[in-house]
Amino acid sequence: MTTTPEDLRTDQTPLAPGAPRSGTTFLGLPTAPRGIGHLRGDRSFPDAAREALRDGQLRANLGHATTTIRGKRARVVSELPDWAQLRAAGSALKTATMARLDEHLEELERQVTARGGTVHWARDAAEANRIVTELVQATGSDEVVKVKSMATQEIGLNEALEAAGITAHETDLAELIVQLGDDKPSHILVPAIHKNRAEIREIFLRTMPQFQGEGADRDLPDEPRRLAMAARAHLRERFLRARVAISGANFAVAETGTLAVVESEGNGRMCLTLPETLITVMGIEKLVPTWRDLEVFLQLLPRSSTGERMNPYTSTWAGVTPGDGPQDFHLVLLDNGRTAVLADEVGRQALHCIRCSACLNVCPVYERTGGHSYGSVYPGPIGAILSPQLTGVEDNASLPYASSLCGACYDVCPVAIDIPSVLVHLRAEHVEAQEKPTAESLAFRALGTAMSHPRLWRVAQKAASLGRLLARGRPTMPNTLPFPASAWTRSRDLPTPPAETFTSQWAREHGGRR
Amino acid sequence: MSAREEVLGRIRTALGETRAPVPEVLRDYRATDDRPAGRLLDVLVDRLEDYKASVLRCGPDDVAATVSAALDAALGAGWAPGSVVAAPGLSEAWRPDGLDTDDDRPPVRLADRAAAVTAVAVAIAETGTLVLDGTPACGRRALSLLPDCLVCVVTADQVVGGVPEGLARLDPLRPLTMISGPSATSDIELERVEGVHGPRTLVVVLVA
Repeated sequence: MTTTPEDLRTDQTPLAPGAPRSGTTFLGLPTAPRGIGHLRGDRSFPDAAREALRDGQLRANLGHATTTIRGKRARVVSELPDWAQLRAAGSALKTATMARLDEHLEELERQVTARGGTVHWARDAAEANRIVTELVQATGSDEVVKVKSMATQEIGLNEALEAAGITAHETDLAELIVQLGDDKPSHILVPAIHKNRAEIREIFLRTMPQFQGEGADRDLPDEPRRLAMAARAHLRERFLRARVAISGANFAVAETGTLAVVESEGNGRMCLTLPETLITVMGIEKLVPTWRDLEVFLQLLPRSSTGERMNPYTSTWAGVTPGDGPQDFHLVLLDNGRTAVLADEVGRQALHCIRCSACLNVCPVYERTGGHSYGSVYPGPIGAILSPQLTGVEDNASLPYASSLCGACYDVCPVAIDIPSVLVHLRAEHVEAQEKPTAESLAFRALGTAMSHPRLWRVAQKAASLGRLLARGRPTMPNTLPFPASAWTRSRDLPTPPAETFTSQWAREHGGRR
Repeated sequence: MSAREEVLGRIRTALGETRAPVPEVLRDYRATDDRPAGRLLDVLVDRLEDYKASVLRCGPDDVAATVSAALDAALGAGWAPGSVVAAPGLSEAWRPDGLDTDDDRPPVRLADRAAAVTAVAVAIAETGTLVLDGTPACGRRALSLLPDCLVCVVTADQVVGGVPEGLARLDPLRPLTMISGPSATSDIELERVEGVHGPRTLVVVLVA
């Protein structure tokens, strides 16, 4: 994405979707600023998806991976007789948290501070990046190790650190694959899901120092085990020398100031345990009021995300513990458009997301187009409702339409986010926000006129039946119709008009009789 | 206006002047597990083995010998006792002779040790989860992370049924590590591979 000075002016950022555009209740809460971070793609979803659909390898990789994970999730979810009750409790807990979000954040700040941590507040991506960069600079370190974190991806933290001469080492295996391959993440849980083992092997051989130079042992089979071992060797020394780590957080407990990171590989534990300084960047919606609330989410999250009864490692910490782990702890609380989402009574449930990615794995659209098509770091069904709300719907206008509304995402969501309803809500927002007529609105206006005038309607029907000439006997119209019909037919089947409509057949067979 | 005041102000604006009441959270999911204690131990063993951890069961008088056998299996017979580090508060009766004891050395100096031996605070049967809480018996977090083999001693009274019972026994102010099997990844084609950055071998000694 190119950045112009114009883009950086935050006063130009669009208003929150759902924020009334006139009248006395005008909320005007700022969305995530343009020109920074990774919430906006450089083209629309259909344009990006069309290219992705032509990539047979990508479709094979995605189909294999999503099929595997769907099966595992279904197995471990069916094991719990009280899944429905847990899901309802998870949903209610999130609703309750959001209803008093300010109070819980103030309590979290009090508790973290009381236990030796420092809390920072960031209005947007630029402010969060500046806070983190200055904290790293204050340590004198020119490199950091990172735990996989969606929030830091969202704000483009690695790029901001690089601009300040600080190297960020991603340590999650999939993030490492993406970073070494100079690629972009395409899945919330498994950012390298679009790559298969052979492609990953190739990236490792090409980029890891251990495989370079005269006499290097380049014997690396493409078994996942051997690839994981190569990553272990690559990162081991970096962990042991790191003085600063940056993480996200899965949960923060307001009443105790406890933070939680849920992971599998142990890279998170390395980052949370060994460095002297730990900086955690967390969206303001990630908190839960009480410790007990984690009993719900620690059951919902692992089964929904990796399809395991429990993920291998969960770390929790409250502030600083003398003699154990980082002695300097900073928590950065990030808004970046979240309060604008909160202002929308229908759309705010997108903030309930616990980033399990179950909705991606079941989505027929995601499975075929992959994550890059969505443009934002949040792909799939949840991304299609979260990204447009964080940026303002006009900046991600194609995403609410990137769905067939089949509802599979709602069924699997562990906190019961009604994604299809929010998609429809955002489509309405988008349509209502159009100041100039669109091709679609003109077409429907014309249709409305025709349908309310019988004579016009019959003429239109006759005209439509001429389409049969183009179809040349096929049941659907060709997808190469000229504009504006192409806007419809390039991604949808348009049935060939019948030789005769029902009304004209009735008139022919029964005369004028009713 | 500070960022803090501004973000809090935005939240208050978003929620409006007349706030919706906080919905009641119905906790009608399972809070306890009524299965008999012996059955819970079996479930724990089943889950741990499913994660590719190994489990050795023993009586209260045979813990040190069983820890020794666990280390034989993981490191090969003839392992050097000095290369195995025990948590400082680990019961003397559970230690094979000659083990090193963790002290306040820099954590990275644990990286070349062959194995660590610790107690746990709680074990959750249904999810096969061991929780270490940073007390002297469990050791600091680096101890259960850096050596490539981890041996955890679990006593029957520490085993609970599900996650709610487990969390209720823990102190959220302590640094907690919940361990469910060896380090693993599903990042390549979503197939699980055991052993990445944390210990590649996890052995549980279950005392009952």
